[in-house]
Amino acid sequence: MITRMSHTTIYVLDQDVAYDFYVNKLGFTVHTDAKMGEFRWLTVCPKGQPDLEIVLMPIGLDMGGSGDPEVKTMMKKLLEKGALGSGVFDTPNLEATYQELKAKGVEFLSAPEQKFYGKEAIFKDPFGNFFSLGEKPEAK
Amino acid sequence: MISEKQQPVFRIVKSKLFIDENHASAIKLNEISRQAHFSLYHYIRLFKVIYGITPHQYLKEKRIEKAKLLLAQSELSISDICYSVGFESVSSFTTLFKAVTGLNPRRYRQNHLEKEQKIAEQPLVAIPGCMAEKYGLKAG
Repeated sequence: MITRMSHTTIYVLDQDVAYDFYVNKLGFTVHTDAKMGEFRWLTVCPKGQPDLEIVLMPIGLDMGGSGDPEVKTMMKKLLEKGALGSGVFDTPNLEATYQELKAKGVEFLSAPEQKFYGKEAIFKDPFGNFFSLGEKPEAK
Repeated sequence: MISEKQQPVFRIVKSKLFIDENHASAIKLNEISRQAHFSLYHYIRLFKVIYGITPHQYLKEKRIEKAKLLLAQSELSISDICYSVGFESVSSFTTLFKAVTGLNPRRYRQNHLEKEQKIAEQPLVAIPGCMAEKYGLKAG
């Protein structure tokens, strides 16, 4: 029986840029930011989920192809093409969060829209990972 | 039809961004509410509807978050941090910091340093074994 998820990975191209985006713009909390020589272990959590660590991992150190330049190139291309949907985030007030993130310079691929499953907007990070941002009908 | 920028939600979001930018200064909520074209009563009520806490609570939370960051990432003294995040006395800062985090600022900083040291010596305390192995990190 699987009981919980402890870590998940978002692939990024630059950890400083990722830190600025996920911490300063999205408002995530830094869980661990530790440097070990060249290696930097950087994990963040959404405010409401302090035990789910999102690993902001630079492409090239990834588990699927450490050091393999072909894999690195392919993953960069997928990111840049916007082919990697990386998750779904919840907010109790989509309109306010949308306005705030837009004011902070976050790029939205679609503005808040009412769907049959609730209100949703789509945004992307500076590398091309895109996310659904949703407000469930019962969240307010 | 009222524009997006005239909407009450946008005005509240704008005021929250103002607090984000100016949390280190002496912020007067009645001035912010006036700028947002709300009475103080309605401003506090609407802010709480959107963010779940009052603007005053949010301001305190913001200052403590910034203090945590400075304690972890800088060598500034505790009194310098206290004043630089907007508190007017070290004792009120220390009391609130402890109420929020369960630790006084000195202990918080010490714990952070110990955690960093421990991760450097034994990466597996922070990094899942499977990932540490792939990245060539030793168990310590």
